[in-house]
Amino acid sequence: MNTKDIVYIALFAALTAVLGLFPPLTLPVTGVPVTAQSLGPMLAGAILGARRGGLSIVLFLVLVAVGLPLLSGGRGGFGVMIGVTGGFIFGWAISAFVIGLLIEHFWNDLTVIKATLAIGFGGIVVLYALGNAWVAVAADISYWQATVGAAPFLIGDAIKVAIAVAACLAVRRSYPLISKAR
Amino acid sequence: MIAGLYIDGTSPLHRAGAGIKILAMIALGTGVFLIPDWPVVTVILATVLAFYPLCGFGPSVIWAQVKPIFWLLSIFFAVQLWLNDWQAGLLVVTRIAAIVLFASLVTLTTKTSAMLASLERAMGPLRPLGVNPEKVSLAISMVLRFIPVIATVASEIRDAQRARGLDKSILAMVVPLIIRTLKMADDVADAIEARSFDPDETAS
Repeated sequence: MNTKDIVYIALFAALTAVLGLFPPLTLPVTGVPVTAQSLGPMLAGAILGARRGGLSIVLFLVLVAVGLPLLSGGRGGFGVMIGVTGGFIFGWAISAFVIGLLIEHFWNDLTVIKATLAIGFGGIVVLYALGNAWVAVAADISYWQATVGAAPFLIGDAIKVAIAVAACLAVRRSYPLISKAR
Repeated sequence: MIAGLYIDGTSPLHRAGAGIKILAMIALGTGVFLIPDWPVVTVILATVLAFYPLCGFGPSVIWAQVKPIFWLLSIFFAVQLWLNDWQAGLLVVTRIAAIVLFASLVTLTTKTSAMLASLERAMGPLRPLGVNPEKVSLAISMVLRFIPVIATVASEIRDAQRARGLDKSILAMVVPLIIRTLKMADDVADAIEARSFDPDETAS
């Protein structure tokens, strides 16, 4: 890992923190808050690739854990991380890694469909699988009940996948950082 | 520099080492899941709550920790009440409250710098696995330095896109933000290398 990789990792961790400063959008009808912060892991994976993207989210989570209020709404510390929704927060690192792996795999002929598959799988399927399992254990409910409870958040995450796909393709054209030859 | 969540004080918990507090937190988090018995967990929660005045924290500090999870706890209690009985609901709620309140207590009584120092010590034995503490320290200080810089860039981009009537488009915000962050990263990497930082050099 060279100096540039370390800088990319650090700056995407900082970018994820900055995304947490944007005011959350509240979806009509359901009242579910949508924050820009969960775009961070999707972008880190899709733009930096598996290793650098995953590590940049790990770095971000380390800083949250040591007590910096970097999560959206100025939250931070161990309390939030091992609380009820901890699975979604830890899941971000794995989500970024999986997105990175898939984007690297599709890199040479990346289309909108392939990018959507990669980011949708890593950012929704993988993330919710981990997050819901954590909720199910913490709240002593079944996995299915946790999944139903998390469903209203899917709308916001679907919007974020669409934004991440467009951003990933735009950055790939103008500033590609992933090369398939590894 | 960003201020941490630490609240100053002189209690025994403030003076205890960061490593010990983190281990106690892990022990408590595991313990309350191993004992599925609501009276025991309630006693643990009461003990955790008793630590707050001991550390000089009033009810407003306690409420600030509970508030973000309050509605979730209410939902969980209602679900358990509906599926099982009130004892099951009480177990779930006291368990989560005990873990969250103790974890917050660790965060509130430990300086970010002390936490980072114990993190660096903990990383030492991981060196053979490819973890390089120097690289991690460099990355951590860079994140802290660049959060305000990237936040400024973000607000510049927002103003620029507002002038173009694009302030409602998240994409018009995110793409330039990423490109400018990546360009900045290239300059920063050059600057670090110009100062002879060698990431693969082992510390003497």
